[in-house]
Amino acid sequence: MTPTPKLETRNLGRVVDGDRLLEDVSVSIPESTVLVVVGPSGAGKSSFLRLLNRLDEPTEGTVLLEGEDYRNLPPRDLRKRVGLVPQDPALVPGTVFENVARGPLLRDESIDETHLPELLERLGLTGYEDRDVEELSGGEKQRVAIARTLLNDPDVLLLDEPTSHLDSKAEERVEALLVDLIRELDLTVVMVTHDEDQARRIGDHVLILRDDRVDRVGPVEEVLA
Amino acid sequence: MDTVLEEFLEQFTDPVLLTGLAQVAVAAVLAALVVGLSHLRGLTLERELAVALVRGLVQIVAMGSIVGVLLTVDFVWSGVILLGMMIGATWISKNRGEGLPGVVRVSFVAIVFGSGLVIVTMTLAGAIEATVRNLVPVGSMIIANAMQINSLALDRFKSEIASNRAEIEAGLALGAPPTAVISRHVETGVQASLIPVIDSLKSLGWVWIPGIMAGMILAGENPIYAALYQFVIMAMIFAAGGLTSMTSSLLIGKYVFTDAEQLRDVETDSSS
Repeated sequence: MTPTPKLETRNLGRVVDGDRLLEDVSVSIPESTVLVVVGPSGAGKSSFLRLLNRLDEPTEGTVLLEGEDYRNLPPRDLRKRVGLVPQDPALVPGTVFENVARGPLLRDESIDETHLPELLERLGLTGYEDRDVEELSGGEKQRVAIARTLLNDPDVLLLDEPTSHLDSKAEERVEALLVDLIRELDLTVVMVTHDEDQARRIGDHVLILRDDRVDRVGPVEEVLA
Repeated sequence: MDTVLEEFLEQFTDPVLLTGLAQVAVAAVLAALVVGLSHLRGLTLERELAVALVRGLVQIVAMGSIVGVLLTVDFVWSGVILLGMMIGATWISKNRGEGLPGVVRVSFVAIVFGSGLVIVTMTLAGAIEATVRNLVPVGSMIIANAMQINSLALDRFKSEIASNRAEIEAGLALGAPPTAVISRHVETGVQASLIPVIDSLKSLGWVWIPGIMAGMILAGENPIYAALYQFVIMAMIFAAGGLTSMTSSLLIGKYVFTDAEQLRDVETDSSS
């Protein structure tokens, strides 16, 4: 019997005021795998990721999280379980600690005092807790954004072009960190990237979007050979 | 009915109107100067300024004529008149918040709640005499200020949402409640809307002597009582404005999200 995919989209699509942003995307993401989403600018990659986190509402089809239609889940629970790291880290004015702990702080929950330092260490941010985020480099800000999402301990991690705004040195560092995190934490990941080489290095499966539709989908070694 | 009509027509034969028209002419010259300067400096505000000035004059004279009639009607009509003013204030305020979802409902509820509560409370307390002569002019001042403060709050809130969309959505993406994600922006809107009235309160008496106090002194009232009453008016304006601003910001903060807690589109290219 085939195990239930961690995340699955069925004929997922979105149309806004007559403009089609995404059409008929069906894809399965098994547990502990990395699906990379590639395609030209405007192909619907970010729209796809926003639909998975339900920041936007699908107008066609749906998403299943561990077999359950995600529209049956309270949006806040869903977003904790399917965590999105946006392309723009969008940090709030304040310290690294305040930003990494933003989820529990906004939800008025207590902060896990063992998980947070452990995450900071994994992301090379130990000792940065009291630093003002305005003083951080682009790579450091991106690492804060990743830590902020991982503090929720999500079942699925969504990454929207996590290295696209970084210089090559910072890109290398963030990518290496992501590879380590995915392996060590056994994460299920959907990552948007415009870089096919990066897709080959990180992904298990690849979804190529073109003109808001699926162009090809399959194992990286076959599709991006 | 004939008596009401006679009293209405009598207003237009009063010789004091000639003096008033001469004063309007001088004030209009100064206002036209600002319109001209706006044109010269390329501010592209001259049309809006000119329309606002003419509209303001026509409306205030019409209101003066109506108040003249209303002074003869029963006190209960005050409620109807003030409600009409609140509807008008909602209509004007809604333009500033154009593009925000639910802006008409929010503005109406906020203005009615903020100014209504203050007018009723102060009337019951005896600070506003329960007559048309007192309720309509004082009530209109409170409503007009509530409208301005509501417009400022909506305008600021709209720009806060537009310029902080990424931050708000990053908060939602963490599974945070929309009210918590947006609270910083709601507070900014309320604070910005109350700055003018707070500044007015701070400068009261030493930078400017407001209209009611000046009018009461000119009419021979005890200056200290005039000052106290002016403070009462300012405090009422502040209270009504604060209540209106907080109500509209809280309500609009809910309307900008869908049932699935997604941030709606906020159109920002509109103006009044």
